[in-house]
Amino acid sequence: MTSTTAPDTTAPTQEPVTPDRPRTTLTRRLSPFGYLSPTIVLIVVLMVIPIVMVISYSFRDNVIVQENSVFAGLANYTTVLTDPNFLAALKNTAIFITVSTVAHLILGLAFAMMLNTQLLGGVTKAIFRIVYILPWLFTIAVIAVIWRLLLDPSGVVNYVLQTLGLLQEGVNWLSDPGKALWAVTFVNIWSGYPFFMISLLAGLQGIPNDLYEAAAVDGANPVQRFLNVTLPQLRPVIISMAVLDLIWTSQQFALIWMLTGGGPLNVTEVLSTFTYKQAFSEYEFATASAAAVIVLLLTMVLAFFYVRLQKER
Amino acid sequence: MTTTLRTRQRFAKAGVLTGLVIGGLFAALPVLWMLSTSLKSNGEVFQNPPQLITESFSFDAYAEILGNGAQLRFFLNSYIVAFAVTVLTLLVAILAGYAFSRFTFPGQKTINAVIVSVQAVPPITLVIPYFGLVVALGLYNTYPGLILTHMVFTLPYAIIMITAYLNTLPKELDESVKVDGGTSWTALWRILVPISVPGLIAVGVYTFMISWNEYLFALTLTRTDDMRTVPIGIQLLMGQHSYEWNQMMAMSILGSIPVLVLFLLFQRRFIGGLTAGAVKA
Repeated sequence: MTSTTAPDTTAPTQEPVTPDRPRTTLTRRLSPFGYLSPTIVLIVVLMVIPIVMVISYSFRDNVIVQENSVFAGLANYTTVLTDPNFLAALKNTAIFITVSTVAHLILGLAFAMMLNTQLLGGVTKAIFRIVYILPWLFTIAVIAVIWRLLLDPSGVVNYVLQTLGLLQEGVNWLSDPGKALWAVTFVNIWSGYPFFMISLLAGLQGIPNDLYEAAAVDGANPVQRFLNVTLPQLRPVIISMAVLDLIWTSQQFALIWMLTGGGPLNVTEVLSTFTYKQAFSEYEFATASAAAVIVLLLTMVLAFFYVRLQKER
Repeated sequence: MTTTLRTRQRFAKAGVLTGLVIGGLFAALPVLWMLSTSLKSNGEVFQNPPQLITESFSFDAYAEILGNGAQLRFFLNSYIVAFAVTVLTLLVAILAGYAFSRFTFPGQKTINAVIVSVQAVPPITLVIPYFGLVVALGLYNTYPGLILTHMVFTLPYAIIMITAYLNTLPKELDESVKVDGGTSWTALWRILVPISVPGLIAVGVYTFMISWNEYLFALTLTRTDDMRTVPIGIQLLMGQHSYEWNQMMAMSILGSIPVLVLFLLFQRRFIGGLTAGAVKA
């Protein structure tokens, strides 16, 4: 931090740095690192060291809980990859994130388009916008508690469905093995669409009106305008949001942990709850680390696509 | 011709409004039900048929929560952690954003790429080594342990946003300070930070929200009830009193108020900053 407080060059940056002023150029070269030093320290402590640690744990045995850990080679990875619970978690995660992301996209786009309508006044739209953002303003713990109440066998969701004649008797959505994963996914859809919606709304507002006018002159109907103007214009936002959403949803832990704990019979077990249980319920930190590294690798694949997409833009 | 157009437009308007109301009910009814339940007695929570406002309408559930020292402690903890995370994140991110915005230096792109990619690292991967580290450093079950680890979520976003914000400010502003004999340090704190307040507020609000809502690290890196934060407190309420639904809902609403207030106050700035970050980051 000392270099940041040191006197800096008095020369404007536009001026070429001349070699006859070595002291100023040196401070000028060092000062950005001074400003960055707290960040660099934090990234090393919070990211670089922990990742090295978790990778090294994953190749060892008896980590954290015992003093003398031994090298175990790929044993932890074999254990994890042959564990039927892990494979179930992998499959559940794939279903959970794909369905969530597709639904977020559809709902987010539908809501954003309604909120972007020219037919309603600004105040009406502003009020609706706040209402639509509501789910996103509650923390996951709160969302989990709300939906446990709503989805209770004698809760209001069952009451409504029974009254409408869609159900004969109350269903225990969160502990019926055939329904729990869908119930959890539904709650995640409810809680996650607003972020999509906000980004798509900004994207819609950025589409130049001339494009729609030109399409109208060409005699395009609303569906054609949607398919030929709106969607192509939103494509970059949609794709990058979808990849981001896949990454975020795959990291969802609190919602599932508080709704079902991964049960019943691991039908809602996802990679994060599986890893958490290995570490903090079973105290198998080595196998948990192997699972954590696999999760990291899967995320890196998604992140790689995200970066490629960003570069294309 | 004009009348059919007008009727058509009226139909379109009615259609959009209907759609908006249906979507609005989907978004708002669960929240409304939470509010309604918090104002019931626990015996009425599952009454059939369900009622939005019941006979024994009261604020008793709130009084129970607010009169209970253990619950208030969760709030105190959340405020301490979220405030500290916000202040520290802003400080560190202002310095880093300044470096990225106003200097060119070797390794700039690499460091930037690392900061961006930190956002994608799964918390579940980090929580295991964090547990080991925090225990080893004696930070287990302490505020600093939580504050430090929350910054892994808040810092990358804050740096990206502040860099983008500073990039929109003309370089002549800080150059004028240097012409007067000031250093880059004084240019930052005297000129750039004061005029960046709107952007810093948006970043600060988002930082506060992330920390206030964080669950996994709070669950893993604290142990005793006096160190737990609000999200864990809500979960504890779920286990302790065999489902005092009205109290759980009251606690949930009380726990959501800080974020709701911040959001409503800074809505416009906040959404603007957020979408800029999501699209550009």
